[in-house]
Amino acid sequence: MEHDVVLSARDICMTFPGVRALWNAQFTLREGEIHALMGENGAGKSTLIKVLTGVYHKDSGVIRLSGKEVNIKSPEEAQNLGISTVYQEITLCPNLSVAENMYIGRGDYKFVNWKEIESKADAILKNLHIPARARQQLGKCSLAVQQMVAIARAVDMECKVLILDEPTSSLDDQEVERLFGLMRDLKARGVGIVFVTHFLEQVYEVCDRITVLRNGEFVGEYTVAECPEVELVAKMLGKELDDLSEIKKEEVHITAGETPVYEAEDLSSEAVTHPFDYEIYKGEVNGFVGLLGSGRSEIIRSIFGADRVTGGDVKVDGRKAKITKPLDAMKLGIGYLPEDRKRDGIIGDLSVRDNIILALQVIKGFFKPITRAQAEQFADEYVKQLQIKTASTDTPIKSLSGGNQQKVILGRWLLTHPQYLLLDESTRGIDVGTKVEIQKLILKLAEEGVSVTFISSEIEEMLRTCSRLIVMRDGRIVGELKGNEMTQNNVMRTIAGGDA
Amino acid sequence: MAKELEKRSRSGSLGQLLVPIIALALIAVFNLFRDPSFFSVGMTNDSQGNPVLTGNLISILNGASELAIISMGMTLVTASSKGQDISVGAIAAIAGSVFVKFLSGGDITGLSVTLGIILCCLVAMLCGAFNGALVAYFNIQPMIATLILYTTGRSIAYWINGGATPTVSSPIITAIGGFIPGCPIPTPVFVVIVFGVLFWLIFRFTNLRLYTQAVGINQDAARLNGINPQTVKMLTFIVLGLCSAVAGVIAVSRLSLINHETILLEIEMDAILAVAIGGNSLAGGKFTVVGSVLGAYAIQALTTTLYAMRVPSTAVKAYKAVVIILIVIIGSPVVKDAVNRMMAKRRQKTAAAKGE
Amino acid sequence: MKRFLVLMLAAFMCFALAACSSDSTESSASASEEASAEATEDAAAEATEEASAEATTDDAAAEATEEASAGENADTNAGVNTTGETITVGIINNPPSESGYREANVKDFEEMFSAENGYDAKTFYSLKNDEQLSAAQQFITDGVDYLLISAAETTGWDSVLESAKENGIGVFLFDRMIDTDEDNYEAAVVSDMPAEGDTAVTWLLEQPLDEYNVVHIQGVMGSDAQLGRTAALDNAAAEGKVNIVVQQTASWDEAEAKKIVEAAINSGDSFNVIYAENDGMARGAVAALDEAGITHGTNGDVIIMGFDTNKWALQELLNGNWNYDGQCSPFQAAAIAEMIMDLENGGTIASKKVVSEEKGLDAATITAEDVDTYGIGS
Repeated sequence: MEHDVVLSARDICMTFPGVRALWNAQFTLREGEIHALMGENGAGKSTLIKVLTGVYHKDSGVIRLSGKEVNIKSPEEAQNLGISTVYQEITLCPNLSVAENMYIGRGDYKFVNWKEIESKADAILKNLHIPARARQQLGKCSLAVQQMVAIARAVDMECKVLILDEPTSSLDDQEVERLFGLMRDLKARGVGIVFVTHFLEQVYEVCDRITVLRNGEFVGEYTVAECPEVELVAKMLGKELDDLSEIKKEEVHITAGETPVYEAEDLSSEAVTHPFDYEIYKGEVNGFVGLLGSGRSEIIRSIFGADRVTGGDVKVDGRKAKITKPLDAMKLGIGYLPEDRKRDGIIGDLSVRDNIILALQVIKGFFKPITRAQAEQFADEYVKQLQIKTASTDTPIKSLSGGNQQKVILGRWLLTHPQYLLLDESTRGIDVGTKVEIQKLILKLAEEGVSVTFISSEIEEMLRTCSRLIVMRDGRIVGELKGNEMTQNNVMRTIAGGDA
Repeated sequence: MAKELEKRSRSGSLGQLLVPIIALALIAVFNLFRDPSFFSVGMTNDSQGNPVLTGNLISILNGASELAIISMGMTLVTASSKGQDISVGAIAAIAGSVFVKFLSGGDITGLSVTLGIILCCLVAMLCGAFNGALVAYFNIQPMIATLILYTTGRSIAYWINGGATPTVSSPIITAIGGFIPGCPIPTPVFVVIVFGVLFWLIFRFTNLRLYTQAVGINQDAARLNGINPQTVKMLTFIVLGLCSAVAGVIAVSRLSLINHETILLEIEMDAILAVAIGGNSLAGGKFTVVGSVLGAYAIQALTTTLYAMRVPSTAVKAYKAVVIILIVIIGSPVVKDAVNRMMAKRRQKTAAAKGE
Repeated sequence: MKRFLVLMLAAFMCFALAACSSDSTESSASASEEASAEATEDAAAEATEEASAEATTDDAAAEATEEASAGENADTNAGVNTTGETITVGIINNPPSESGYREANVKDFEEMFSAENGYDAKTFYSLKNDEQLSAAQQFITDGVDYLLISAAETTGWDSVLESAKENGIGVFLFDRMIDTDEDNYEAAVVSDMPAEGDTAVTWLLEQPLDEYNVVHIQGVMGSDAQLGRTAALDNAAAEGKVNIVVQQTASWDEAEAKKIVEAAINSGDSFNVIYAENDGMARGAVAALDEAGITHGTNGDVIIMGFDTNKWALQELLNGNWNYDGQCSPFQAAAIAEMIMDLENGGTIASKKVVSEEKGLDAATITAEDVDTYGIGS
């Protein structure tokens, strides 16, 4: 009946110790379609993909490729069968060249002619408008370009099925558009594409069909037309959407002459070459907006002392303060959620509990360890408060889903009872439900008097939560928007270089 | 106790200890079938007429002391720096030489021995700090950084000795390396116990474990949480220096002699092996010191077994290699995964059976 | 902090280099070469200069105070050759830090081929064969009169030795043989390890025991000393004269030897001889016996045999704690010097292979004088 089905998965079950990751999951991919795989964090998307690509071995179920049953035992086998994957976290080798990364580990190049390979790679890169050269070292390219090289690698493997696991989470709009162009091109050539993303609007821009998973179970398969955005979110969450419009920020009234919680003058660091002035008041939520690479993250890092500070004065609560390393900032009640959760945030092998108490423990000092009982109490408290989904507080944090990891890191800083929180892309790569929760939490914290500086690539999110936006371009602060100046158009115009 | 055990098994720390326990059990069971008298422990009088315990178990406990102490420190270094210190034998040789040199000057009294130990510990900690500085501040891979002292250390020891194999004889030295008169248990065993308690106290009353693990698992994240990775790495290398010094003193005291060429020869490799058998990842991160110590005893038990079996000299290394391959495979991630999956399936089945 | 670190590094380099340069007493030049290669920081470079300077003065002082233990040999050959010119010799050996034996060996040669004796000696010490080879080539280029070689490895020397022959340089091998044609060298002065073993076993069989139940502790398997000393005992065992209860290698390691004997005691083996292939291992074995309360030595139950005649080992003999110590003479310089004199005076060399005279010392006959004469080290 479905003669154009290229890949089908029926009744897939998969369990990990203590967790049922997939339970009778279904998935059907047809030739020449872009198929979104949707679900909250922990819904089983990543597990399903790993089963399809041979990383995990399913407990039961049937996978058919072009109608034939296959038993995929390893990623190599999947690749040979024509299933290519580009993961969210880049899995290439940063110390090899771009061309080497594109052709390494592929059976068809037993005898290597690097000249030929490099020219081939260059042709593909050019064809896809990827700004990289074959002989360049991959690690020297930006994250976005690395991602695109990974896709280029998959594309060149003449795949029948291309799986893109959150390929857009580190790309800016322009790069996303370029990627979509590439996806449509591949679709026209008959490739079936599985697209995993948290950006709902992207689903509607590029996809034909949607499969929704929830708690490891199959919810349904829909065409894009029959499942509008609100309904999709509801299906993912399993309830009517806690409407986003419910989130409302309070206007913060700053009385004249009030002392800022934090104040920087001419601050500069290794990464921030243009000294900047900045202040934030008690209970205020503000944010830095700008394109990727505009220097937003670097400013936040310099406030926290994460990069070496090279000049400038800092006042906390009106008193002069010296913040040269993270510990200084922490002792002054400043907390920081870094942009790259995996690299800078989590201590992967440590338990959820150790990850939660880490910051407080360091503030307390080397010779004053928190007792086990106390640590358990703290961990339980925040697991409950932030609704962190974990088997126990002993579970290593790396086995949690992205959103839950982020909640643990958030809990880590909340435990220190900070007066000022720096959040860099804290909602990136996590599901809608958690995103909403975190936004609500930020506003609740602000109500309680905590000041928050917030960075997000989603301007809408910023507009919803911040009462003041500082616009950045090329490493400089170029404008400030507040009150009713804060509209999407205004922000765009300022970023692009028009008048605020 | 049972509750604690259950807790540990759930949290995985017992799982980590499984490998060295299996290794020890394997060797024990093998000996039980080979010759049960392997385990007999007796009491005799030594040449001074003091009562002492004898038997293979005592030999193992006693003989593995240096290795056990060094592998404690090696565990920390491995955890924090994701690499191993291959200069421990050389540092022990330096420390031992300093110890002997200091004592060869005059009368050997309790005070001079104490001062000698303190001095050689300081020297060894300085060596550790040197290694640590290269690793922490200059970002040199630990094996390469410690290669410097590995190659020059024994020459330095030679230079300190100013000759080949100086000897020191004193009842105090004999008491450190052998038996305290009247006490039938070898002194090095007590030293290991003291070190074990010391480590326990340090882990109990400081955050060394948390900091070391955080730095070893994710240095960048640790730094952003206020930990200074450099300091932590330095600290672990200095601790290992101290361990090497004490091991050196024991080794010197056993025979009242320092031979810079053979003292604790190749102990670095055994220590790394002990850390690995102990279920610790050589790529750093989470660690168990108890595992490493059990690993050290397993290695010594294996050697003693081979001696007791009178394996021909030419074949000793081959036998050792076979057993070690076996142990390492038992501890390999592939086998661990397979066992975990089997356990999970079984648990599921029993749960399903209960459910019906 | 940084400054402290640099200082510490510099201090360590001093330390390391001082030790290195005392390895190769000859060359402050090579030390500074190493220094410039290693020290990238100015501070460290400065410091190393001091270090090497210090090291050389240290050595000089050390040498000055050292007694000439092989003095009697040196005296017999003192004096310049008949023509009155100084003879240049290139000495290639292993570094003195290798062992007590090597230290005595190096000292023996340095004292014999000294300026006072009319020699200009260039020395090079390394454990690595390729380094030794290039040093030999350098000595040939420098135009030495004689090359004295104790090779790190037995192979790979053919081309160097041939080039020495072409240049009319006389080559003497000492301590270790090289696998090469006999024509490539004048003579070799070596220890005969099997003979040392034979001497020891012969002595053992002279002891009035009902049975010879031997615990045999071997050196590093495959080394010359191990092969020679093991062969003698193995032969005796094959002939049924002795009974080897335990045969195990401790790789020259004292502590390992102790563990081997412990295991033998724990297994309830009865033995009355410990045949250890060097002094250190014999000491380890004795420690195990002491802990088990087993008597040894001249009035004890177990006969203790060692090799290498370390001074402290001979002291044990003198005290009656041990029974036998076999000599492995590190003193080959005198024999070579004698042959050089013969050649210089137009004579010829009688034999290609000269075996050092080596004896076994018996606790029953040893004197305090013997300890000083034959004892190695301090």
